[in-house]
Amino acid sequence: MVAKFDQTDSSVVVIIGTGAGGGVLANELAQKGVKVVALEAGGRYLPEDYVNDEWESFGQLAWLDPRTTSGDWRVARDFSGLPAWIVKAVGGTTTHWAGASLRFQDHEWKALTTYGRVDGASLLDWPIDGAEMAPWYDRAESKLGVTRTGDRPGLPGNNNYKVLEKGALALGYKEVHTGRMAINALEYDNRMACQQTGFCFQGCKWGAKWSAAYTEIPAGEATGNLEVRERCHAARIEHDDSGKVTAVVYFDAEGKEQRQAARIVCVAGNSIESPRLLLNSASPMFPDGLANSSGQVGRNYMRHVTGSVYAVFDKPVRMWRGTTMAGIIQDEARNDPARGFVGGYELETLSLGLPFMAAFLDPGGWGREFTTALDSYQNMAGMWIVGEDMPQETNRVSLNSEVKDQFGLPAPNVNFSDHPNDIAMRNHAYKQGMAIYNAVGATRTLPTPPYPSTHNLGTNRMSENPREGVVNRWGQTHDIPNLFISDGSQFTTGAAENPTLTIVALAIRQADHIAREMSANTL
Amino acid sequence: MTLQNARSGLTRRQLLARSVAAGAALVVGPGFIAGNDAAWALETTALKPETMATLVQMARDIYPHDHVPTEFYVVAVKGYDTPEAAPGIEAGIAALDAAAQGKGFSSYVGAGWERDRVDLLRAMEDSAFFQKIRGGLVTGLYNQKAVWPLFGYEGESFSQGGYIERGFDDINWL
Ligand SMILES: Cc1cc2nc3c(=O)[nH]c(=O)nc-3n(C[C@H](O)[C@H](O)[C@H](O)COP(=O)(O)OP(=O)(O)OC[C@H]3O[C@@H](n4cnc5c(N)ncnc54)[C@H](O)[C@@H]3O)c2cc1C
Ligand code: SF4
Repeated sequence: MVAKFDQTDSSVVVIIGTGAGGGVLANELAQKGVKVVALEAGGRYLPEDYVNDEWESFGQLAWLDPRTTSGDWRVARDFSGLPAWIVKAVGGTTTHWAGASLRFQDHEWKALTTYGRVDGASLLDWPIDGAEMAPWYDRAESKLGVTRTGDRPGLPGNNNYKVLEKGALALGYKEVHTGRMAINALEYDNRMACQQTGFCFQGCKWGAKWSAAYTEIPAGEATGNLEVRERCHAARIEHDDSGKVTAVVYFDAEGKEQRQAARIVCVAGNSIESPRLLLNSASPMFPDGLANSSGQVGRNYMRHVTGSVYAVFDKPVRMWRGTTMAGIIQDEARNDPARGFVGGYELETLSLGLPFMAAFLDPGGWGREFTTALDSYQNMAGMWIVGEDMPQETNRVSLNSEVKDQFGLPAPNVNFSDHPNDIAMRNHAYKQGMAIYNAVGATRTLPTPPYPSTHNLGTNRMSENPREGVVNRWGQTHDIPNLFISDGSQFTTGAAENPTLTIVALAIRQADHIAREMSANTL
Repeated sequence: MTLQNARSGLTRRQLLARSVAAGAALVVGPGFIAGNDAAWALETTALKPETMATLVQMARDIYPHDHVPTEFYVVAVKGYDTPEAAPGIEAGIAALDAAAQGKGFSSYVGAGWERDRVDLLRAMEDSAFFQKIRGGLVTGLYNQKAVWPLFGYEGESFSQGGYIERGFDDINWL
């Protein structure tokens, strides 16, 4: 039943990347009868292939092509070749993701209006709002089986959650629960309930966590309208004299250059690869890269204000047991400038295994200050901070002409520096996080710096005004009508919430739009 | 490069007899070093045994865990005992010994207190050699499955059905 399309078939929609954005879009279009070729740089890994081992899994799934970093973020120093932790595989980073699935708060769609101008930030309102997105969020939540939405119950709390909850309640926080998670508390959609294995980041071997790899992709393939070409790396997008895109040139598994014709191209390679592909597609007609008349391609890179707080107790917690991120405190997600910053943040449970803890607790750290913390590994609890960061034009993905990837294509450089608002927010969150654990008797707290970016956003942002962004309200590029952006790089602003539910909701909505326009022959 | 149980080869007394001024690891013969508790021994092929002994001590000083036996540190650094890696390691350790001698110690391992050795390491913290050894240890030491139980970490859990019936929520002191 799996479709096979001719490379010269110019009636197909070509989607680049099969993660949260591309994977969902591919299935949604295929369900509507649209013919889709999805190019995916990575291979296909399914639950039986995933490994409960942090480094081995990282080696299996992570995107490790050359990348460079600059800017004053600590990642540029400690992990200079690894700005982001993203997956290269069919299903994209939804294999690694933890499943936290939150809607934006209404005011977050209108960041500029709500927060006002912020020095040094390129804030903008989204051209869409919460009311318009509500039905798409409903569909995304039922697709992902998000707990505590619809009639789905929450997950049970694990040890790490219980510590967080007790501390949070002691501080007077009210919105404390086991999260809205794309992880089955009960069997759902023919996938079993969570077995509390604790390796959500390494790919769920039970299939209890939603991942495009074993939901969207096979469902799309079963329609006969979707062909996924794995281990195929898109190198550039071609266009005709009228400025419409016509084909995607890619390297296949053998490294041979191939070309797939296209009626429409949708780019969903995550927020580093998507702008890189547009920039690498520069032509005499579009010398600054495709869809870049605004100069905004690659700019406004956002990664959320992140950081972790780990705490050591005098008795065991064993935080690694059970769901990695099923625990949240939402009280600080509101916008309350009286705290010294605009926007808000969520606090979510987080656990790393010993190998990753050693690498990420204090990168570069050594000596007894470091090792005595690890000595108490069993007695640790942990939480992650995820808050809204300020978009800045100078935080950007650009091409590094000196470093090439395995295909000879210029590698992306990721330049990032915190905005003062980001720093104020992180410090506030560290203080609250430490207070939460101190309230339950922590003997030591460890405000841990941000990891390589797991949330990558904003580099092809959505704007009403074509001069201020790359895509319109449908994710369609302002410059080229048959070129769409379908991943997190569309984000105008990042909001305080983990982004994937919104990426999925936008992809479902975009599929609806594309199918409608195709049948009306306006695309 | 074989990690052996020294008890089969040399007696504990023989080993101790040679343990003069040694730290966590001691040289017990040409191309052969052992722990001073005789729990492990390692034959070197490319590195001088003294160099390997110093490297093991350096590894322990970088990531000191008093409850982790030295054999795990040996495993973490024994990959440097190759013809390709050896020259860089010999040079780095020679510089470390020279720095120690500059401070009046006989050698790096001759500095008896961890504090003194750590001072020597701090002074060379930004060097490529130190960073290579430290960086390598992050995975070399902590990614050994056999070391995990010493920290209480339970590792893989899928084959045992996860923790749903094995204590994911068993905390009892809150
Ligand atoms: C450890 C971890 C935990 C996370 N937890 C959460 C969470 O709890 N909640 C949440 O909301 N988000 C979470 N995230 C983030 C989430 O995974 C991402 O936001 C989401 O997957 C991004 O979707 P995307 O479509 O933009 O990109 P991806 O899902 O990364 O998909 C991009 C795909 O494009 C492919 N690709 C890229 N370039 C090319 C090319 N040139 N040619 C062909 N293919 C290409 C890649 O191989 C990849 O498969 C987590 C991420 C990580 C790493
Ligand atoms: S804890 Fe649950 S969701 Fe996470 S990997 Fe295990 S079974 Fe899957």
